[in-house]
Amino acid sequence: MRNLLITLIALGLIVAVLATVLPFNNDDQLTLYSGRGESMVSPIINKFEQETGIKVNVRYGGTSQLAVLLQEEGDRTPADLFWGQDAGAMGALSEAGLLQTLPTDLYGDLPSIFTSETGEWVAASGRARVFVYSPRRVSEDELPQSVFDLTEPRYEGRVSWAPNNGSFQSFVTAMRHEHGDERTLQWLQDMKANGTQSFRNNSTQVEGVADGSIDFGLVNNYYLPRFKANDPNFPAEQAFFSDGDIGNLVNVAGIGIIRHTERTEAAEAFVRFLLSHEAQQYFTSTVYEYPVRDGVPQHEELESFERLLSVAPEMNLDQLTDLEGTLKLLRQADLI
Amino acid sequence: MAHRRTPLHILIPSLVVALCMLLPLVYLFLRAVQADSATVVELVFRARNIELLVNTLSLTAGVLVLTTFMALPLAWIVTRTRIRFRRLITVLGVVPLAVPGYVMAYALLGLGGHYGILTRTFGWEVPQIQGYWGATIALSLYTFPYLFLNLRAALLSLDGNLEESARSLGYSENQIFTRVILVQLMPSLMAGWLVIGLYVLGDFGAVALMRYEAFSYAIFTQYAGAFDRIYAAWLSLMLLAIALLFVMSESLVLKRRRLASVGRGQARQPHPRSLGRLRPLAWAHLTLVFTTSIGLPVLILGYWLLMSPPDLRFFLEVPATFARSAAAAIPAGILAAGFALPVAYYAVRYPSRFSTVVERSAYVGYSIPPLTLALALVFFALHTAPALYQTLTLLILGWTLATLALALGPIRSTLMQTRPNLEEAAHSLGHGPITTFTQVVFPRLRRSLFASFALVFLFCMKELPITFLLAPTGYTTLAVTVFTRTSEGMMAEAAPFAAAIVLFSGISVGLVLNREGDR
Repeated sequence: MRNLLITLIALGLIVAVLATVLPFNNDDQLTLYSGRGESMVSPIINKFEQETGIKVNVRYGGTSQLAVLLQEEGDRTPADLFWGQDAGAMGALSEAGLLQTLPTDLYGDLPSIFTSETGEWVAASGRARVFVYSPRRVSEDELPQSVFDLTEPRYEGRVSWAPNNGSFQSFVTAMRHEHGDERTLQWLQDMKANGTQSFRNNSTQVEGVADGSIDFGLVNNYYLPRFKANDPNFPAEQAFFSDGDIGNLVNVAGIGIIRHTERTEAAEAFVRFLLSHEAQQYFTSTVYEYPVRDGVPQHEELESFERLLSVAPEMNLDQLTDLEGTLKLLRQADLI
Repeated sequence: MAHRRTPLHILIPSLVVALCMLLPLVYLFLRAVQADSATVVELVFRARNIELLVNTLSLTAGVLVLTTFMALPLAWIVTRTRIRFRRLITVLGVVPLAVPGYVMAYALLGLGGHYGILTRTFGWEVPQIQGYWGATIALSLYTFPYLFLNLRAALLSLDGNLEESARSLGYSENQIFTRVILVQLMPSLMAGWLVIGLYVLGDFGAVALMRYEAFSYAIFTQYAGAFDRIYAAWLSLMLLAIALLFVMSESLVLKRRRLASVGRGQARQPHPRSLGRLRPLAWAHLTLVFTTSIGLPVLILGYWLLMSPPDLRFFLEVPATFARSAAAAIPAGILAAGFALPVAYYAVRYPSRFSTVVERSAYVGYSIPPLTLALALVFFALHTAPALYQTLTLLILGWTLATLALALGPIRSTLMQTRPNLEEAAHSLGHGPITTFTQVVFPRLRRSLFASFALVFLFCMKELPITFLLAPTGYTTLAVTVFTRTSEGMMAEAAPFAAAIVLFSGISVGLVLNREGDR
């Protein structure tokens, strides 16, 4: 018995000492904080390592957790790059002065909906807000034209959203920018009064439509294709609202270089690689996101690049940083 | 006894614990004072918080009732009856602790609805379990082992003479249970309830999936939605205040209770009794508890795997990932149990206001939102020992702080039931404090120490927020892999890793508890 205990203690100590002594951060290695999940991005990161010989250490976590962590670390951070799930997080870091300006030749040829005016970060891939619905329980003429239609009595109790979710909050920020705080608050309150149901996140809403808890869900575009890839008969469909409606907001996953890095050159190489044709092809074919540049053959489940640009509302992604204001509205509506 | 000087080998580790628990409080204070008062008022004093708090409290009450109904008979069956497969049942009673909360929630949710398992497999359409009952059931199914382990440890070390005396005095079996045993079990019941109550207070994963709005929502939203540390600190302080109420009410109940036997003679274990007429009832209980708490998660994992079998390479990554999880969880378990021992000993054998405060301070690490605890350690590591930052040592330290309260329960209950006379006798026979400790105290506590280790180990195996922030970069654990994949809807790719948490942790804990039986 005592032997077992001693062995365990010794093992633990050895591991702890090794972990402390072994350098996790070399000069020729990049450290990336990724708010995107490992399974989605590790293949493309491996590709970058193969092509450039630069090793990338990735710290995976929630976008918001990592954004808070970067603030806590300040200039002592070991991170060189941050890859976040939405424009709001990128904007928050940029405002906190944690990102450095990117050279314009990195992003000069991208459409303006995919770049930041501050030039401190750039979109690595696009995702659109859509509504997912049940083809079984929703008739053709019930498909809403605008996200504002969903407050009508015929949608009572049939719609879901995820007030705690970052992409939903970015969408509310966009609505505030386009239609003003007053109308947005009214919409939130009317939706709530209409029995809109709160879910944990996007994918649970897609499941909720399949399970019959709800008939419509406000989600990002890439979840349903993933469910359909596993089961082609998955009982849900998705669609855009009419062109230019704020409900079709195009948000992004963004990448930025940390201000305090000593490895700017390698970090820039990484950003350049993410924006390359090859990486963009990966995002659309495997992750079902939209490429940020034209000329990348689209995944068949996705609308074309031109169509995306026409349905998307005019929105500058830098406008999505005022999260405080959005949270305030969500609190006023008692949604969070 | 209370006035004797506390030996240093008890006092120093206890003080170290109390000091470490101060760290997150200092951090919260530093952040909280950065806030602007108008926003604090808007955030902290709003009607919605009351509503969320009431929801949280009713959830806690529901979970405490349900877990007691699950754990108490279970502990009784494995310690007091001659039921077959007792060891196996004991191990099974601990395994649910290894099920991550959101997996349990998915398992319950996955049963019903149009697209649920029952509909798709058998064509039975049943409504989904969600909301208050969904959250209550999910939380109970994976927290009841906390109560079970505490109760089991207490029942095993309970002096059988008490029951026999009661029996000879003409008490009926029911009276013995309510007047003798239940009273003796109070410390462990309270310890289990406290640990579960505090867990429910802070749980976000299962509660959010069940779409039940609790107070943890507010904190999560502040960190996640606003990328904010300052107002989140205020909300964390609110949560800590409620946790403090829980901790104090436990102390009040346990105050001035004298549970150790005073007479002469050796404490001995009561003979396990034959179940008799109760046998079918006992088996029905076991079946119900285990088909729900273990069967459901296994069913959902199997279902995910079968629906879209993932590539073989996903399975090949499992052993290395498990090794990484265990390499941090084992030292954390040893440290937590190792520090809980002097803290519990100090509080039970040298009772004073100060020793109580020291012992209660251990609950800070457990009840503070884990994200806040992790940020506090980031802050202190970067400012005092940057070399430690993002090393395994810091992760182990973080886990130890978070779980010390878990480790306290079993040790404290056993100490409260053992007489100090034995230790005094050892002293008078000329044994020094150290040999008394190793020769007299430690052997009686061995079982509790193992239980403490097991509790901490299982907690760490599925821990998320602290791992996210404190683990070395690239150090992916099983729990992190499962969480990131399920949240992306990649259920099949997550399933082998989730199965590994449940299976391997179950086996390791089984091994530990079995060794314990050999002694």
